[in-house]
Amino acid sequence: MNLVTPDTGLLFWMVVIFALLFFILARFGFPIITSMVEKRNAAIDKSLKDADEVEALMVATMKEHDEMLAEIRREQSRILKEATDAKNTIIAEAREEARAEREKILSEARTQIAAEKESALRDIRREVAVLSVSVSEKILRDQLSPEAAGKAYLDRLIAEAGGMSTDIKAEENAN
Amino acid sequence: MKRIFLILAALTVFVIPGNGNSVISSEDHSVISSEAEKSDIDIPGIIFGHIGDDYEWHLLDTPKGPVALPLPVIVRSKTSGWHCFSSHHLEHGAVYKGFHIGESGKVVEDTPDGEVRPLDISITKNVLALMLSSLLLAVLVLLTARWYRRHDVLHESPKGLAALMEPLIVMVHTMARENIGEKDYRKFSPYLCTAFLFILLNNFLGIIPFFPGGANLTGNIAVTLVLALCTFLSVNLFGTKHYYREIFWPEVPGFLKPIMPVIEVFSALVKPISLTIRLFANMLAGHIMILCMVCIVFVMAEFAPVLFGSMTVISVLFGLFLDLLECLVAFIQAYVFTMLSSIYIGLARANE
Repeated sequence: MNLVTPDTGLLFWMVVIFALLFFILARFGFPIITSMVEKRNAAIDKSLKDADEVEALMVATMKEHDEMLAEIRREQSRILKEATDAKNTIIAEAREEARAEREKILSEARTQIAAEKESALRDIRREVAVLSVSVSEKILRDQLSPEAAGKAYLDRLIAEAGGMSTDIKAEENAN
Repeated sequence: MKRIFLILAALTVFVIPGNGNSVISSEDHSVISSEAEKSDIDIPGIIFGHIGDDYEWHLLDTPKGPVALPLPVIVRSKTSGWHCFSSHHLEHGAVYKGFHIGESGKVVEDTPDGEVRPLDISITKNVLALMLSSLLLAVLVLLTARWYRRHDVLHESPKGLAALMEPLIVMVHTMARENIGEKDYRKFSPYLCTAFLFILLNNFLGIIPFFPGGANLTGNIAVTLVLALCTFLSVNLFGTKHYYREIFWPEVPGFLKPIMPVIEVFSALVKPISLTIRLFANMLAGHIMILCMVCIVFVMAEFAPVLFGSMTVISVLFGLFLDLLECLVAFIQAYVFTMLSSIYIGLARANE
C-alpha cells in the first residue's frame, strides 16, 4: 500500500526544506529568543533575590526601630517617675517647712500675747494700787469723822484688797 | 495559554464549516445518488483522496466540475532526461511527453519495456503544503526573534506574536534542559524547537479542511521518516563514548556479551522507526476518523429520511468531537515526538 511506502519525491523535498528551515531557524530564530528569555529569567531571579534581601533588611530595621521605641518608652516612664518623686519630695519639704514656720509664728505670737498680758496686768495692778491709795485716802478722811461702822468697813476693804492681790499673783503663776 | 485556546477555538470554527459544507454537499450527492442508482459514491476514494498525495491541489467542486490548482511535475526519465511541465497536462489519464498517471496514482513513463517509474521530484500537493508551512513557520519564528531584538526584554513583556510563540519555545527549551542536561542542551535545543513547531504547525494545518491547509503532511510517512532520521542522526552522531560502550560492550555477565550488542543495535534502530510510525499513524488515523464521520452522511443519503436526518446529526456531532480531539492530539503528538527525541539525545549524552 502506498500509505506506508515513503515517496521519493516528498522524501527529497522534505530533506531539503527541513534542512533549510532548521538552518535558518537555528541560526537566526531560536537562539535569539531563548537567550533573551534566559536573560530575562536571570534578571527576574536576581530581582527576587534582591527583594528578599531588602525585605530581610526591612525586617531588621523594623526590629531595631521597635527596640528603640521600647527603649524610649522605658526612658520616658523612668523620667516621669523621677519627676513624680521629685514633686512629692518638694511638696513634703514645703509642707514640713510650712509646719515649722507655723510653729515659729505661733510660738512668737504666744510669747507676745504673754508679754502683752503681763504688761496689762501690771497696768491693772498699778491702777488698783492707785485706786486703793485713793480709796484709803477717802477712808482716812472718813475716819477723821468718828464713825465706828466706817472704820470696820475700811478694815474689810483692806482685807479684800489683800485677797485680790494674792489672786493676781496666782494668775501670773499660771501663765 | 489564553492565546493557544483562542487558536484552538479559531481552528474549531474553521473546521466546523468544513463539516457543514460536507453536509450541504451531501444533499447534492443524495440527488446524484438517487439518479445514478446509489453506485457512484466512492467512500475509500474520497478518504484516500484526502489523506493521500496528489499532482494537483483539489480546491473545491463546482457544478461545472472540480476546481484544482495545477502543480509542476518534475521527472527525470532514464532515456530522455529531465522534464518539467504542469500537471494539468496529465488530467483524466492524459498522456503528455510519454508520461501519464498510472494505477498507483504516480506518474509513469511509457517505454518499450512497459510502464517505468521515472525519478519523480514533482512539486506535489504535499510538497507545496510543506513549502508553505515551512515558509509560514520561518516567518513566525523570525518575526518573534525580531521582536526580541528590537525590544528591551528586561522592561517589556512580550506582546502579540512573541507572546504566542514564547511559551511554546520556552517549553521545548526547558524540556531540552531537563532531558539533555545543563552542559550541552543548547546545542540540541534549536533542533527540538524546530521539530516541535514544525510538527505542531503541520498537525494544525492538516486539520484545516481547505487550502492552504488540508494536506495530510504529518500523516505522511516520508515526512515523519525524515524527522525521525534527524533525531536518529542527532542521537548517534553526538553519542558519547559511554553510550557506544553501552551498546557494543556493556557490563553484563560474559555469556550475554555477544547477545547484548545485537539487542542494543536493534533497539537503537527501532527508536526512529517507532517515532516515525507513532506520529504518522496517529495523524493518519485521526484524519481517517474525521473523514469517516463526514462520510456517514454520504452513505446514509440513500436510506429513509428519518434515519438520514438522525445520522446526519450524529455525524456532525461526532465530527465536531473528533475535530476537537484532533486539536488535542495535534499538540500531544508534537510534544511526544519532541520529548522522546530529547530523551534519546539525553541518553546518548550521558557520561557514566
